Amino acid sequence: MSHLLALKNIKKSFSGVKVLKGIDLEVDKGEIVALLGENGAGKSTLMKIIAGVFSPTEGEIYLKGEKVTILNPKHSQELKISIIHQEFNLITDMTIAENIYLGREKKKFAGIIDWKKMREDTVAVLERVGIKHLSPNTLISECSVAERQLIEIAKALSFDSEVLIMDEPTATLNAKETDTLLGLMTSLRNEGIGIIFITHRLDEVMRVADRIAVLRDGNFIGSEKIVDVTEDKMVSMMVGRDITDLFPDRIIPQEEILMTVDNLSVSDKLHNVSFSVAKGEVLGVAGLLGSGKTTLSKALFGLEKRQTGSITFLDQSIGTPKQAIDSGIALVTDDRKGEGLVLNLSVYENLLLPFYRKIGKTGVLNKSKMDTIVSKWIDALKIKVHHPSVEVGTLSGGNQQKVVLGKWLQTNPKLLILNEPTRGIDIGAKTEIYKIIKDLTEEGISIILISSEMPELLGMAHRTIVLHEGELSGELTAEEATQEKIFNYATGGGAVAK
Amino acid sequence: MQNNQDVEKKNKWIDIVLFLDKYRVLLIFALLLIVASFLSDAFLTTNNLFNVFRQVSIIAIMSVGMTLVIITAGIDLSVGSVMAFSGAILAGVIAAGVSLPIAIIACLAVGIVLGAFNGFIIAKGKVPAFIATLAVMVIARGMTLVFTQGNPIVISNPAFRFIGSGTIFGIPFPIVLMLVIFAFMYWVLKHTTFGRYIYAIGGNEEASRLAGISVDRVKISVYALSGLFASMSALIYTSRLMSAQPNAGTGMELDAIAAVIIGGTSLAGGKGGVTGTLIGALIMGVLDNILNLTNVSPFYQDIAKGLVILAAVLIDSKLANLKK
Repeated sequence: MSHLLALKNIKKSFSGVKVLKGIDLEVDKGEIVALLGENGAGKSTLMKIIAGVFSPTEGEIYLKGEKVTILNPKHSQELKISIIHQEFNLITDMTIAENIYLGREKKKFAGIIDWKKMREDTVAVLERVGIKHLSPNTLISECSVAERQLIEIAKALSFDSEVLIMDEPTATLNAKETDTLLGLMTSLRNEGIGIIFITHRLDEVMRVADRIAVLRDGNFIGSEKIVDVTEDKMVSMMVGRDITDLFPDRIIPQEEILMTVDNLSVSDKLHNVSFSVAKGEVLGVAGLLGSGKTTLSKALFGLEKRQTGSITFLDQSIGTPKQAIDSGIALVTDDRKGEGLVLNLSVYENLLLPFYRKIGKTGVLNKSKMDTIVSKWIDALKIKVHHPSVEVGTLSGGNQQKVVLGKWLQTNPKLLILNEPTRGIDIGAKTEIYKIIKDLTEEGISIILISSEMPELLGMAHRTIVLHEGELSGELTAEEATQEKIFNYATGGGAVAK
Repeated sequence: MQNNQDVEKKNKWIDIVLFLDKYRVLLIFALLLIVASFLSDAFLTTNNLFNVFRQVSIIAIMSVGMTLVIITAGIDLSVGSVMAFSGAILAGVIAAGVSLPIAIIACLAVGIVLGAFNGFIIAKGKVPAFIATLAVMVIARGMTLVFTQGNPIVISNPAFRFIGSGTIFGIPFPIVLMLVIFAFMYWVLKHTTFGRYIYAIGGNEEASRLAGISVDRVKISVYALSGLFASMSALIYTSRLMSAQPNAGTGMELDAIAAVIIGGTSLAGGKGGVTGTLIGALIMGVLDNILNLTNVSPFYQDIAKGLVILAAVLIDSKLANLKK
């Protein structure tokens, strides 16, 4: 029997640079293939070829045994291939029904829209993805991220798609939403749909995939049945070397307490939270989406108006961002692209942004001093960039994150608050970030590590506090902590876990 | 945990905010009408109101096109000049002795062609709308000056007076034309694919393209429509004066943009509609009118208009914050 979709020896070059160097990939009816690879391995390019955004330089695509040339995105949809992009393609000020049928509205005649039919059909596909509680007239802007994800899938189903490509669909979902999505993927597979699933989360691969295919630097490394591989095997296929230790050894933190938070409340979002952080300690913060993690990070930096409680850092009270910065607190937010970087400026300029203010006395910048600072941080953080003048927006997620870190480390912080520092970053870059965190603690810098990736908290934190609906629901030492315990505290289960 | 009463109170409050947000333009207009009728006895008379509406019709019709353009996240600075040039062609053709229907078609054709040219440069040439239409604004003004040689072209055909001054069932024709255009475009925006694509493109151009919408074609059509509506305004304007003025419509593009913004259409695109624009234009018209009736110096009128625009956008952003 021929494969549902088969790519043979696909090559792609952009202005002479070979991005894909001969990729073979198949997916069968009712199969989930996990496509793995580090950022920059060529996964997205390959998917865009299947979606008709790019045409391959060389190679063939077969659909149910027949050779096809995919002309453009619309054509790929007509061939019953749907791709769900990492960045959603939903129009937020339009309704669910309009988004699902955008470009192929149900019409009465000529260009006149048949709203009734469109709504009815929308209700039907929404039911298939398990969100029939949403009205087809709901605006996308009123839907949660998880719902939007499901709407994208509903849209794909409305095409009667046979091949579904999902590019990191779980990256922004919490554990429960991820469960729902993975469940839906399994049931779609059972209906006979072939799914190509791109993700960085290997536990998800183990849970739903039937097969894995691995790319590295534009090369096809291999394909294995899921029963024949382990997570370690996948990682070594992806990075080309064995990563025995994802997390570096922890150092023993010092006795001295740097920060004390006592009875902190922020209206509606945080209730009576108390904890402390020692010098050189990594304090993990866990919690589901909406548990108050991000609010906490902002409150510690003086960005939230607090109702009660106190934040004391080195005997100083912290109430405004200025106080926080002046006393040595740095905040790396989870919104790398929105808040951390100026994407269309160079690595050079981004690294120097906090520095400008310091040397701003005369307003004249010292070029050689600036060069020294930039090259120091590029070396120290192993930022992969062929020249500092490259726009930061063109770098991979991991390298962007290092630039953000470099930016803040220049302020010589004593406490670094990291909110989701490895979100959307491949495993190679993750280990490097972990190494940086460890090096910082050796220098006596304290870290507050806010993360929704439990392995990260288990592997890095000396202690982990767990938030549930704005309240501190548990605290676990590195020895006590397990995924189950954290999860129980995070869902409000608390004592049941013990 | 909050108790139920608090939640209920909060929900009620949210409902009020949502209501205010939805009908804010209408509420502002109603308030203005009430205030105006207290300030002057002459305000609430049929004659005066017809007068206001008739004056507003020129800007309002132009603003319909501007609304479409702004929903696509674009801008059209050329409408004032396009109105002047199509008006000049109209008068010139009539003066040359050509029949009225053909002269009117010529006038509208000029608007469509100039508008489509804008759209073509923006969509195919990938030039920012601000710059492309700024250039066409200057070019069209220049062409008007060349064509008129800087002098008004007088229209002597009395039948042409009907467009600006005639009535249908006692209602001035410009008002009828304006209302028909608004009703039709309201329907187009709501119930046709073309209308929805205008919103889609303004909301997310890339997503629209990926959905197989011919973004370029829609954009060119939208700018062509903007030109068409500008030339329709020219019909009324020229007929009111029974002559084409070389400096007609100077600064009118800003009035049109103001009407759209006051009407609640977002400059960021993807949101808004013609209903708001109509009320936006009326708000400015009533404001002008009441300042005239109460003998306020015309110099102050601009200041008042500017303040109203500021108030409108401030209310907009405040309500947007409250909604969150």
